[in-house]
Amino acid sequence: MTAVRLPTVLRGHVGNAKEVDASGGTVAQLLDDIVARYPGLRDQLLTGEGKLNRFVNIYLNGQDIRYLQELATPVAPNDTVIVLPAMAGGC
Amino acid sequence: MVALRAVARARPLPHAHAATGPHGGRFASIVDAIGHTPLVEIPRVCPNPDVRLYAKLEFLNPTGSVKDRIARYLIEDLERSGRLGPDSIIIEPTSGNTGIALAMIARRKGYRVAVVMPDNVTQERRRLLALYGAEIIDSPGERGSNGAIELAKYLVAKDPRFVMPYQYGNPANPRAHYETTAAEIIADCPEVDVFVSGLGTGGTLVGVGRRLREHNPEVRIIAAEPMPGEKVQGLRSLDEGFIPEVFEADALDGKFLVSTAESIQAVRDLLDREGIFAGVSSGGALAAAQRVAAGIERGTVVVLFADGGWKYVSEEIWTRDLEDGDLESLNLW
Repeated sequence: MTAVRLPTVLRGHVGNAKEVDASGGTVAQLLDDIVARYPGLRDQLLTGEGKLNRFVNIYLNGQDIRYLQELATPVAPNDTVIVLPAMAGGC
Repeated sequence: MVALRAVARARPLPHAHAATGPHGGRFASIVDAIGHTPLVEIPRVCPNPDVRLYAKLEFLNPTGSVKDRIARYLIEDLERSGRLGPDSIIIEPTSGNTGIALAMIARRKGYRVAVVMPDNVTQERRRLLALYGAEIIDSPGERGSNGAIELAKYLVAKDPRFVMPYQYGNPANPRAHYETTAAEIIADCPEVDVFVSGLGTGGTLVGVGRRLREHNPEVRIIAAEPMPGEKVQGLRSLDEGFIPEVFEADALDGKFLVSTAESIQAVRDLLDREGIFAGVSSGGALAAAQRVAAGIERGTVVVLFADGGWKYVSEEIWTRDLEDGDLESLNLW
């Protein structure tokens, strides 16, 4: 199981939990596991084609998965997975 | 009758340290002195002895941040476009540095400036803006820069006097970095293998990245992205998420998430070990650069330090407990 941290804007879908445990060997499998239990998250996280919503960023051990293997990025049980919304940086 | 004495033109004296290399320069105004920042090696904070790590010190710009570069380009872009009239007020959403830079240049050129800023930025940013004559419009701190952008757009739609250069979507932003920041890096460090910078609008990464890849297609461009604090993630839905229009995801080869605590620890180490007094986002960029350095066998990494430590002193960045929960409510990038 891997702990997946969710942003505040999505916690209402999971009973206001900050993190949910999910099983899977890739980011895609983790998300499949999560949306199977919390169907309200599907349209938030994924497009109709099953790709990552462009306003959602997912980080594996602090690295944006879009620059690793995207949803196919392998995940190990002790890895840190953080989901965050796209936000403007400080300027 | 006044006697006039002819004085032979004095011979130019050699500079006191002319042997140390290019320096200084003579400029027509403070605006022309923007840029030309030094690249300094920081080996004591580099985790890999086979990697040369250099920092580009953007806090040595006139208002103390990298934003002087884009502010100059943004205002000159407005001037060329003819959008500035006698009643115009330049308005811009900013967490501080761009506003300060715009205010300095506007002051020098005689324009009026208003900035829309989250209300949880440091006091130093607010004071500097006031000193440069900018008018401050607060936006909700918990909505971060997203909230400032939304409010600025609303005000522009309401009042025709407001003219927004809009750093988040104006090509003049990355162009400033393409033409100045990157050119300086290539001149001072043509062997650069990796460039690392904080991610704000994305202009630095896109502009520098484009020019560095023209110079060497193998160069990697890496972003350090700030992890928003729990108290700053004030989105009502993901549709309120925001991706700057100037940002191109393909411009990057990697993106590291850095926490406020990690950034502050890095900037404290930087001061302790290299004597460099840099701002919090520089700590984040350094933390990302250190991860890059640790992950490669050898090479040359250039990291950009966007501003200095001065604007963060009031928040006790160098002394406060990093477990302090209030750290998450501050807008420090």
